[in-house]
Amino acid sequence: MITSTSVAQEAPQSKVSTAEGAATAPLAALHAPRGNWWPPFLVATLAIFALPLVGAFPTWVTLTLAGLAMGMMLFIMASGLSLVFGLMDVMNLGHAAFVAVGAYVASSVAGALGGLLYSGTSSGALLGMVIVAIAAMLSTAVLGLVFERLFIRPVYGDHLKQILITIGAMIIVEQLVLSFWGTQQMTLVLPEVVRGTFTLGDIAVERFRVVAVVLGLVLYLGLLLLFGRTRIGLLIRAGVENREMVQALGYRIQRVFVGVFVAGAALAGLGGAMWGFYREQFTAAVGADLLVQMLIIVVIGGLGSVRGCFVGALLLALVQTYVNYLLPDLALVSNVAVMVAVLLWRPRGLYAAGT
Amino acid sequence: MSKVDLLRLEGVHTHIGEYHILQGVDFAVPDEGVTVLLGRNGVGKTTTLRTLMGLWHASAGKVSFDGEDITQLDTSEISRRGIAYVPEDMGIFAQLTVQENVRLAALSGRFDEARLQWIFSLFPALERFWLRPGGTLSGGQKQMLAIARAIIEPRKLLLIDEPTKGLAPAMVQNLAEALRALKQARTAILLVEQNFHFVRSLGDHVAVMDDGKVVHTGSMAELASNEEIQNRLLGLGTATT
Repeated sequence: MITSTSVAQEAPQSKVSTAEGAATAPLAALHAPRGNWWPPFLVATLAIFALPLVGAFPTWVTLTLAGLAMGMMLFIMASGLSLVFGLMDVMNLGHAAFVAVGAYVASSVAGALGGLLYSGTSSGALLGMVIVAIAAMLSTAVLGLVFERLFIRPVYGDHLKQILITIGAMIIVEQLVLSFWGTQQMTLVLPEVVRGTFTLGDIAVERFRVVAVVLGLVLYLGLLLLFGRTRIGLLIRAGVENREMVQALGYRIQRVFVGVFVAGAALAGLGGAMWGFYREQFTAAVGADLLVQMLIIVVIGGLGSVRGCFVGALLLALVQTYVNYLLPDLALVSNVAVMVAVLLWRPRGLYAAGT
Repeated sequence: MSKVDLLRLEGVHTHIGEYHILQGVDFAVPDEGVTVLLGRNGVGKTTTLRTLMGLWHASAGKVSFDGEDITQLDTSEISRRGIAYVPEDMGIFAQLTVQENVRLAALSGRFDEARLQWIFSLFPALERFWLRPGGTLSGGQKQMLAIARAIIEPRKLLLIDEPTKGLAPAMVQNLAEALRALKQARTAILLVEQNFHFVRSLGDHVAVMDDGKVVHTGSMAELASNEEIQNRLLGLGTATT
């Protein structure tokens, strides 16, 4: 068993391999032991079971696409909230403020870029939307940095204070938004190239929903790669599980947390911009209106789980969309019903922290 | 044995909330060999290690490491000065694979291949379960992973908190062999343990705690041969000595 006793202090002339070297498995294999295919299977099953209830296949496709698009936007908004909760045990109800600021900044920048964004050319519209998205993300990233320093850092470890102070902070930010932009409804009109629908046979497909689904998938895959293949991702996953041990290994977890908080705020800002485009009209309460849904997604997905946040968002949005079509009177309770059902099945959420 | 103190605690007090846990701890750890911190349950051994690591800060007193005052340093800074910590609960990242657990502990981001092979020779199970999540390992395997993580890069001092707790006898024997190998490789170890049988052949120096203070220091040989001290400070009966 013990075959060598000579190399503890002085590493001999040995070849140094990167940690990702020979011992590294492909991404899929790396994640295989943590694989948990029931929740995605549940989403697919839900969609399939909805088909006979909806009846018409084209309607079902339209509803499913609407649910997926909504789910992707909610995922983008809620992922940062989930990570912050999982990583630092911080309940930031003020996260909704980033959504509102993202939407408002997007509206202002879109107004300023009017000529480019609404020029009618695909390249102009695409470039304009990218600029709008970057502006929304940058502004909310800066806001996130200030927000963490002012409102979050003083209340680490105290959930009650976190809830009170972050709700207060959300109200402050909303009021600042109103005083800066005014109390009128804001508009964020979609460029022509992503407006309206195209048809596939009998199926009407809304263009922006396709954009939202594609963008959501790209971001999800990007986050999976970040978490599965990079050292910072490894650090975040470890921090979500046991931040004290991460510190004891020599990492400054506070810096990681600030980075995650700022990135989460930027994603919420992007989500806010997308939601603004999706709704085209909104008020300063746009974030607060979505807060309950974001919290439900975080809880059912599993605190600190990007995978859980993604599946939870899709589940919630699809149920809401189908119920809204089939039983409109029950639409409001469908979110809570999903949460209760999931938590009865898995009290700690669909996925473990750090997955 | 070297006479140089690698770690020194002088009059260290630690409060946790309203509780005054450490009440003036004084002892030193030489730069070689195994120093064993003994004592009954609840006397402050784990608190001492956590205070050393900066996980709880001392309210008074001084902790020096390698000649530097580290009393109020952040945990990550203390770790980067060359102290590795294996907590009582082992601190394994359950969702991360064994490889990822070890990779995270290699601050350089690289494995020294020879060192990794040496660790595998100490703990063959880790090589076998390299791509398994840490949470699926047995208690003994988790302890080995925790120690492997602590030694994947050379450290000046290992702090290990009750490594035999809950382990099967065969696993304890395996662990003892691994710690002997580390000791022979001139890694200084501060070991908190209640299992006197486990540490009597392993330890070089002892510090015995009672009521938040160190009440006895000396060599392990002296303690092992003195039943009166064992009875009085550790509550060990004649049969167990």
